Amino acid sequence: MNIPTQTIGSRQPVFIAFQANNDTRPIIDAIQADNPHASVDEYPGMVKITAPGRLVIQRSSIEEQAGRDFDLREVHINLISLSGEVDEGLDQFVIEWKSA
Amino acid sequence: MSTQAIRPGYHGTMKDTVDKFHGNQILNIGWDQHLMYATPMCIPVPPAMPFGALVQQVLPGLFGQHPQFAQIDWTKTQWQRSGEAFTPDMDKSLADNGLGHKAMLRFKTPDQPGLAGAAF
Amino acid sequence: MSNTATTSAPQSTGKKLSLKENYALLTRDLGWDPSYQKAEDIWRNVQFEGIKIHDWDKWEDPFRLTMDAYWKYQGEKERKLYAILDAFQQNNAQFNVTDVRYVQALKLFINAVVGMEYASHRGFNIIGREFPGTAARIAAQMQAIDELRHAQTQTHALSHYNKYFAGMSNFPYQYDRTWYLSIPKSFFEDAVSSGPFEFVVGICFAFEYVLTNLVFMPWMSGAAYNSDMSTVSFGFSAQSDEARHMTLGIEVIKFLLEQDPANVPIVQGWIDKWFWRGYRLLSLVAAMMDYMLPKRVMSWAEAWEIYYEQNGGALFADLARYGIRPPKHADVTVKEKHHVGHQLWSTFYQFRHAAGFPVWLPKEEEMQWLSAKYPETFDKYYRPRFEHWAELEKQGTPFANPTLPQLCQTCQWPLLFTEPDDPTQICYREGAYLGEKFHFCSDGCKDIFEKEPEKYVHAHLPVHQIYQGSYFMPDVNPTAPDFNPLVEALRYMGLTAGHDGGDFNTHIDAKNWEAWTKRPANAHAPHVTPTAPDTPERKAA
Repeated sequence: MNIPTQTIGSRQPVFIAFQANNDTRPIIDAIQADNPHASVDEYPGMVKITAPGRLVIQRSSIEEQAGRDFDLREVHINLISLSGEVDEGLDQFVIEWKSA
Repeated sequence: MSTQAIRPGYHGTMKDTVDKFHGNQILNIGWDQHLMYATPMCIPVPPAMPFGALVQQVLPGLFGQHPQFAQIDWTKTQWQRSGEAFTPDMDKSLADNGLGHKAMLRFKTPDQPGLAGAAF
Repeated sequence: MSNTATTSAPQSTGKKLSLKENYALLTRDLGWDPSYQKAEDIWRNVQFEGIKIHDWDKWEDPFRLTMDAYWKYQGEKERKLYAILDAFQQNNAQFNVTDVRYVQALKLFINAVVGMEYASHRGFNIIGREFPGTAARIAAQMQAIDELRHAQTQTHALSHYNKYFAGMSNFPYQYDRTWYLSIPKSFFEDAVSSGPFEFVVGICFAFEYVLTNLVFMPWMSGAAYNSDMSTVSFGFSAQSDEARHMTLGIEVIKFLLEQDPANVPIVQGWIDKWFWRGYRLLSLVAAMMDYMLPKRVMSWAEAWEIYYEQNGGALFADLARYGIRPPKHADVTVKEKHHVGHQLWSTFYQFRHAAGFPVWLPKEEEMQWLSAKYPETFDKYYRPRFEHWAELEKQGTPFANPTLPQLCQTCQWPLLFTEPDDPTQICYREGAYLGEKFHFCSDGCKDIFEKEPEKYVHAHLPVHQIYQGSYFMPDVNPTAPDFNPLVEALRYMGLTAGHDGGDFNTHIDAKNWEAWTKRPANAHAPHVTPTAPDTPERKAA
């Protein structure tokens, strides 16, 4: 095997971009609330959220914003792009770079 | 064989060998520092064509629209084949001037340096 | 390698499975070890590339989509998309775009991109069969369906434009034969004829991960800026699939690099090759962004800076821990970003009579934008040529290239690129193999040829094929008095001479647009109408 031993937290930018519509508003609001270090850019039809090193998307936060149950896999409907390594679970998913 | 392949000895056919061009050969020509022509040109020519005929009869059809073409002093023109400087013999054929199939012929005209200071 | 079910049955309390457990049961645990056939007879093509895999179960599924979730969410996307396409058609929204120059960019899309999506679909079908790992096969099969979906949805999204504008009806035929479409066609044929590991590194990682944002983000933003609801909707719908493809790409890379250190140099070689081939292919997007969008989103230089230099920089910083470095010749792409769009448009302009779409020169307002976006290069190198050609048009002696361009043996672009450090000098590179000369546009393309000459010697270069006489329909008679080789070659390629390409100002699309919408065909040249007599305003425009 060829597993690298060092995994230092990275500051390189990660991002996630969604279509700008009523379904994504609670998702974007939830991400902003959970990731104070992130910046949000608006483009025609699209919202892009960028952060140094790591972004966390929490199901419970989205449910709080949306006022209904939410399956994290629903993000696939409106997801445009992302940059970083994905670690997906039922309750959250994380986008990050593992080393600088 | 440097290509990794599922069968040993894999080799594509040589698609552009000279025998496929009906007695002609491919000649690529570029006029340095004259980017009005965004790319070098590719034409079929008979290998026996005298170099002088290329200059007098073919090049005007290719490059004549450029305002500087008619002004070229051909005695000052610098020629390259495949990146190597050479002095063509106008009376000899392309082949005898070392211009074989798929030759890359470039010419530079220091007296006509291209328009607008932008090699145009 | 073990594909047998490894998890025990769920507990009788009915505890919910984690996403990972659920996924494992419904995907990789559906596989089995063959008991009466040898593994190497079933999976025949995974040794020859030299890649070593010790444990396919180490493949970590990035987005753990099971088939039921896949159908559910893909179905949801389709319902949304086709509702929009229906509304688009019902409301004649094709006339809402800024002007009909924008539609020319759509012609490039339908003729160049749809064929690539379909080729990609076939490539993923192949690896969906050839990979021993069950999870990898399932990921490949899902991507194969995604790519077919893209070909279909693009066709549907653009088909409505086909009812009104020229040059779009024959896209599968053009993809196979039109001279500049050999660029995308050869790209995918190179990929699909490679082995399964090279395909997945080249397409999944280098193209889908490193470079995909440069296709979709600018193109779809361009569609949004220019009020093309159909393309925006298709684009965003496809992008949600692309996000899964991107995560697959990075997962593939990590998996291969972690399996065995011997894989590192092989993977690095493929990253170098496919980054360069993908970059050259994407030069088309540079021309589209800088010259074809009536309302421009950003320059190619800006897009490359964000989506490669910054995002790619972060990616390769992350992969450094495996011993991977950024791709060879990445420095050239940074130098070229100030030049390629302009060089490409100059090329399309002078070969417009042989193109499947009309071409136009930028107006002063557009040149001011270009000047601001390219402060070091546009006014110095490129404005003079556009002004000169505009003057020739005004005089009634428009410039056109009288013959055919020299093509690069590897990427099949004309040799329109200049030396990385000297934009006044065409970049000439040459090699010899088995007594024959081969020509390249760059060190990147020459490197690719020299590593696999056996593969590239039979590249189907359209210009050479025309001169070999193979680009004529069977009914052509070269002895006929009205025989015109250019017209016949264009007909073979699916282009109608004097109709599909040529000058934008007098093109059928421009005439029809103005007749149907009563708006200028070119929003930057509102006084120039295709049917108006020559007036001082028209000449001055």
